[in-house]
Amino acid sequence: MIALLTRDLRLAVRAGGGFGLGLAFFLIVTVLVPFGVGPETALLTKIAPGILWIGALLACLLSLDRILALDWEDGSLDLLATAPLPMEGIVTIKALAHWITTGLPLVLAAPALGVLLSLPTEGYLWLVVSLAVGTPALSVIGTFGAALTVGLKRGGLLMSLLVLPMYVPTLIFGAEVARRGAEGLTVQTPLLMLAGISFGALALLPFASAGVLRVNLR
Amino acid sequence: MSIWEYANPVKFIRTTDKILPWVSIAAVVCLVGGLVWGFFFTPADYRQGSTVKIFYLHVPSALMAINAWMMMLVASLIWIVRRHHVSALAARAAAPVGAVMTLIALATGALWGQPMWGTWWAWDPRLTSFLILFLFYLGYMALWSAIENDDTAADLTSILCLVGSVFALLSRYAVNFWNQGLHQGASMSLDAEENVADVFWYPALVCIAGFVLLFIALVFLRTQTEIRARRARALLARERAA
Amino acid sequence: MELTVSDLTVARGGVPVLSGVNFSLQDGRALVLRGPNGAGKTTLLRTIAGLQPPLTGDIQGAGERIAYAAHADGLKAMLTVTENLSFWAQVFGTNDISSAITAFDLDKLTDRLAGTLSAGQKRRLGLARLMVTGRPVWVLDEPTVSLDAASVALFADAVRGHLKAGGAALMATHIDLGIPEADVFDVTPYRAKPGVAAQDEAFL
Repeated sequence: MIALLTRDLRLAVRAGGGFGLGLAFFLIVTVLVPFGVGPETALLTKIAPGILWIGALLACLLSLDRILALDWEDGSLDLLATAPLPMEGIVTIKALAHWITTGLPLVLAAPALGVLLSLPTEGYLWLVVSLAVGTPALSVIGTFGAALTVGLKRGGLLMSLLVLPMYVPTLIFGAEVARRGAEGLTVQTPLLMLAGISFGALALLPFASAGVLRVNLR
Repeated sequence: MSIWEYANPVKFIRTTDKILPWVSIAAVVCLVGGLVWGFFFTPADYRQGSTVKIFYLHVPSALMAINAWMMMLVASLIWIVRRHHVSALAARAAAPVGAVMTLIALATGALWGQPMWGTWWAWDPRLTSFLILFLFYLGYMALWSAIENDDTAADLTSILCLVGSVFALLSRYAVNFWNQGLHQGASMSLDAEENVADVFWYPALVCIAGFVLLFIALVFLRTQTEIRARRARALLARERAA
Repeated sequence: MELTVSDLTVARGGVPVLSGVNFSLQDGRALVLRGPNGAGKTTLLRTIAGLQPPLTGDIQGAGERIAYAAHADGLKAMLTVTENLSFWAQVFGTNDISSAITAFDLDKLTDRLAGTLSAGQKRRLGLARLMVTGRPVWVLDEPTVSLDAASVALFADAVRGHLKAGGAALMATHIDLGIPEADVFDVTPYRAKPGVAAQDEAFL
């Protein structure tokens, strides 16, 4: 299992596009927003938490098809399926590797992008906390979508259609934590809900992902 | 005699062939009767005027939008546990019907919302969760049509239906939390203190019955079509083999 | 232990391709599957490897004993030869990769990225993976594709060594491997009549 994680991380570093691409996309989305809505600081301050969450979500989505498709194409997924690793473990590790290469950099970069959108000072802590708690759910749900569409040509668009509706609860609670944090309100309820979604997804979805992956491999 | 006998495609077609005409006729009678009754023989609401009458389309379609997903969930579970092909095909057949019901509910809601709230669309929790439900329908249908092998498609979509149900429910709570909304509460529950008056209630019940029957008829018809398509393919394959 | 296949029917996309297959493979023995393209050798091997369920019939002594090698080698282009092998060694809980490297003459290539290898070298690396799995039954699908004569000899030596050590090998191949002691199993008589996919049978 650890071998699989280190291999995936090493591949992400070497192949490029692992760490960098998602972050660059996040940056570009954030930069484009003021062009779209105007440079007014008050407006940007108001929408900053939501925009940062949406940017993070899209950056996450962008890299989902790499989670399993590469291993599918070169045959390693077949070989992994015959290895003494449980399929549930494999998909969990894949989701974890995706989170480390995409989610974690987004969490760390978010404050810098918050500056660009004039996020108020109180907001930074809760922005980072909400992303740190919420992005694992995005990776785990995304792995389920990737497992559903792994065998399909041009599965990327279909995967977005399947995954985005499932991202709604995470987005709502995550952005709510960040927004309430920025406005100095109490964040307890949405934060608990967000953590609940993350832990729930982490505990249950790997079984579904492993199930559909087995179906897709046969 | 077990209910699972009807999971045999041939038996299913034979039985539904007998039922289908009656269900269709009953659906038409209920729909025409309920709508005419509702549209022309009920008084206008003292606050909402005649706009309230769209309620005879809006409420039944909204109910069926949710019930269709529930039916797909049950059919998916039956497929996963017992692997009856008819069950998987029925789930597949119900999806577009459910999606159209959702669309009708959204469209009639918009038509009703414009005079009442002064807007076609508001990010109200109920409206939003119906929009999300519609997205789940789209994803489900897209996945079905993307996969060539029927058994693989049935397996994948039924797991998607299970997982999707959980997330659709979560979204429902999430959007409630996110925005309190304009939409009135359930006005037709059996135990609510403030319900719609009986004059509106009876034609509405007939309309709901009509939508339920229409849904059943459409699902039967579409399932039959799916079964016959599969049967035609199987016969062709056998022909080629012989 | 032996690998026993009894009355096995395997299907591709639900359509039976081979039926009534019976054979057993003792430890220390090799079995070569023969048959024309599309006969179902790959499907049979995938079924034995546990990647897809058989339609009917029974497979004994497979599961955790199988090391499977398909057409695709499952190599990562951006990892070196050593890294590719040690990854699989770790996954299978073994740690000796040097004997596999020597057996397939990869010594001079250990630090090269797998993506820069030639097709034959990649294939040798893919086959070396079998040795690091430490599993007794090798299930090989066209193992000699893109190998030159010298590499085929290396492969035959590796198989022989594996058999001597008490392992077994089941392979589908068209060429003569130079392993005379291997038994041959022709799948042609077991070809299923082209028919209806299992998932469509209920509809007839």
